[in-house]
Amino acid sequence: MAFDVVASARQEREKHVSPWLRTLTTGLVFGGFAFYFAMVGIVTMFHGRWIIVDIVSLGHALLIMIAGASGLYIASKTKAHNYSGLLLQGLGSGAIVGAVMALLIFVIANFKLRFIFVQLKTPLLKLLTFGQDPWIGAMGLIAGGAFFGALGVVFFIMNPALRKPIVAGLTAAGVAGLFQELIQLMIQKYNDFRELIFTWDGMTLQGALILFIVFAAVYGVWGWQRERMNVMVSRLPMAQQRNFKISGYVLLGLMILMFPYFAGNFIGQVMMLVGLFTLMGMGLNLEIGLAGLLDLGFVAFYAVGAYTTALLTADSPAAFMQLPYWAAVPIAVFLSICVGVLFGVPVLKVRGDYLAVATLGLGEIVRVIVLSDAAAPLLAGAQGILGIPRPWIGSFELDNPVALFYLTLVFSLVAAYIAYSLENSRLGRAWTAIRDDEDVAQALGINLINVKLLAYGLGAAFAGLAGSIFAVMLGSIFPHSFQLIISINVLALIIVGGMGSLPGVVLGAAALIGLPELLREFGEYRFLFYGLVIVIMMRIKPEGLWPSASRRREMLVGEEDRAVVEQELAARKSSAATQGG
Amino acid sequence: MTATATSQEPNGVLDRLRDLKRLTFVDIILWALRISVLVVVVGGSIGTLIKGRYSMDQWFDFFMFGLTIGSIYALIALGYTMVYGILRLINFAHGDITMTGAFSAYFLARGLDRSGFLDANPVISMVLIMGLAMIICSAVALAVERICYRPFRHVATLAPLICAIGASFFLQHSTRGMYGSTIRAYPDPEWMKGQVDFIGFEIPLYQLIVIGIALAAMAFLYLVVQRTKMGTAMRAVSEDRDAASMMGIDVNKVILFTFILGGCMAGIGGVLYCMVYKQIYFYMGFLPGVKAFSAAVLGGIGNIPGAMLGGLFLGVVESIGPALFLDGIGIAAPYQLRDLIAFTMLVMVLIFRPQGILGERLATKRA
Repeated sequence: MAFDVVASARQEREKHVSPWLRTLTTGLVFGGFAFYFAMVGIVTMFHGRWIIVDIVSLGHALLIMIAGASGLYIASKTKAHNYSGLLLQGLGSGAIVGAVMALLIFVIANFKLRFIFVQLKTPLLKLLTFGQDPWIGAMGLIAGGAFFGALGVVFFIMNPALRKPIVAGLTAAGVAGLFQELIQLMIQKYNDFRELIFTWDGMTLQGALILFIVFAAVYGVWGWQRERMNVMVSRLPMAQQRNFKISGYVLLGLMILMFPYFAGNFIGQVMMLVGLFTLMGMGLNLEIGLAGLLDLGFVAFYAVGAYTTALLTADSPAAFMQLPYWAAVPIAVFLSICVGVLFGVPVLKVRGDYLAVATLGLGEIVRVIVLSDAAAPLLAGAQGILGIPRPWIGSFELDNPVALFYLTLVFSLVAAYIAYSLENSRLGRAWTAIRDDEDVAQALGINLINVKLLAYGLGAAFAGLAGSIFAVMLGSIFPHSFQLIISINVLALIIVGGMGSLPGVVLGAAALIGLPELLREFGEYRFLFYGLVIVIMMRIKPEGLWPSASRRREMLVGEEDRAVVEQELAARKSSAATQGG
Repeated sequence: MTATATSQEPNGVLDRLRDLKRLTFVDIILWALRISVLVVVVGGSIGTLIKGRYSMDQWFDFFMFGLTIGSIYALIALGYTMVYGILRLINFAHGDITMTGAFSAYFLARGLDRSGFLDANPVISMVLIMGLAMIICSAVALAVERICYRPFRHVATLAPLICAIGASFFLQHSTRGMYGSTIRAYPDPEWMKGQVDFIGFEIPLYQLIVIGIALAAMAFLYLVVQRTKMGTAMRAVSEDRDAASMMGIDVNKVILFTFILGGCMAGIGGVLYCMVYKQIYFYMGFLPGVKAFSAAVLGGIGNIPGAMLGGLFLGVVESIGPALFLDGIGIAAPYQLRDLIAFTMLVMVLIFRPQGILGERLATKRA
């Protein structure tokens, strides 16, 4: 309602917080984050991975970034340009962050809370105190926190031309340090070069400095040149500009394509998983992103695809027959479509939140049935189905992850093409219409039943395809692989990437599936991150990291009203100023 | 779907046949669904009763256990229903909020048990344990409200639900990170063991304790909602938020109060759940959460007596169901499919009667 938009706009103008209060609250809030990360075990887990060997671990980096972020936050929220005051605030809030952690040292050292909070053990203590006496460690934390808080402020008020190269350099050094095993594996042949930067344990300080300087310099120069290049390119005729862009994308695509072939099996496996979840993400994207049907039972379609493939191809007494993979896939997809439509029919009338829970219920029903002994004669119950063979192309068996990755890639490209053409077709527009308002859509003559069932069916088809690849990838399937968490997983990656946007799905899959696979330490905490990432994305950037144009518009409901009102207020203020004098 | 907006009165067989021609395949599938569930329920019951495998004692045991677990579901369902009544959205994280409180109270319970206090002073220790669970549940509920629901209060998108889903997983795995993933067991105090004789049947004492505490909590809640000023404010806000705020009710305060009340009920429910099922692990909030939500919808969401009724009903059906229906139609190991009954009831209610047993009209919301 316009009523409360005006009221809240007025409130925002009046917010004038004393700087000391802001320092205190920011420090406590960010200290709270650090405290939380320590209590949950993330800091300890991160500490297991070095960025710069024996000097800076990911755990240290996390704490540093939290302290720095507190300073950055203060600087971003303060409108005044009082630099020395800001620096003091940064010092203050960073120091408070350090103090909170110092408190943790005190607690661990003096109280045996290990049986309740399992993380309050010696490793955390050693990390926090840098292996020194607790008092020295505590003072070090406070001082270090203050330093990095101030650094955060400096970072914010720095000239962007200086800041961006520094960020680039830090990112390069950070990435090299984090992924040092993979990178070293890949550049093994260039031993002299490798020894400049790494030892077999990890990246050295020297290496970090070299990478930082090199990348910062390169980025700086490139940024400088990019201006000129952009100007040059924009002077070209439109057709040539487009060719330029397309060739750029093609080059990027080719690099991604060839990468697993050169990089080895591990990378191939990771990229295959990313491809698998991209496939599923595209399916759920059709349902949620385009048609607005929040379907949490998505994992059921995935399960149908996997089980069908298994039951039709496996070399096991549980299987019905031994078809070749390529014959089983169409059947799996077809069955998934049928199950999708069957799911969709009962819940046609159900809307919004209820739809989410209803589909969740349906998905769980499928899981319980698959797991039960009653259905075991048909579906092999809790023991699962083993011995699923890999597919053959002619005389060539796809038995390593890289080959399976290319299979996934081909399927994904086909699916992407289908999804893209659907999005821009009459059906896609009908979906967008029912997402925005079902009743109006119906009044406009859109057949709700057919459109919704098509959404469920097609989404299920993609999931079924992904399921069949999954079955072949693992070689055996168990009911425990098909839990609700997979639906949530796919939902999370759509949210992160951007609902309704195809490139967003790929980005989301790369971020949420690729990263945790590459950084093995994430392991148990993956789901915590998914939950956290969902909440953060919904609060800060609900349209996702790579949104589609229409989604951007929908998510910012109310923002346009607010913008209009603020313009009004600003206009009135300026006219009052000119009148009053 | 089959609208009968004819100007003539529907009379006679001819009109009915005409309606039959307008059946779509969706109607057919929905009718098939209804019939298949009916067949399983009725056929299974007849089958079991004919087979006579279960004695009266066993049926009574099932029934009492159903009441016990049902009253726990009722407590948790109250949280869902109150939040829905006020905010018109499902607090997806409520199950995990319950778990968080119960898990944290576990440590207190264990400490009291170790020192013998639990056995010596049952009432005080239970008050302490439940008190701690209530405080933690309320605190977490308030945090979830602040982070996931308040920013979206005036914007009706899918965002709050998705945020709540994220919060739910976040809570689960934070608990796991903080407390570890080992399964723990709630202490088993002496005063909970034993049986009580009741018209020839033996009832385990702990079931009576659980039902008693749950009923007391529900009665207390009912009194608060019906008799106090805040309760009246809650009812007003759930009817019409804007009109209530125009009458001078501070809607923010009411919402906070609702979440606190729901959190308290969840705290009590969580501790009772642990007393019944004894095992605690970080994932245990999901199932009771979904079942309690089913109970809330079953009774009519937004309707407090409805949640209580729905909970009891669901508990009893879930307990008697596997033996009554599934065994009758020849399914082996029917207890594995117990969750199936709850989920099926949820789906059926959402499809066929979203206003629940007590017919609460809140369930028809705009897209």
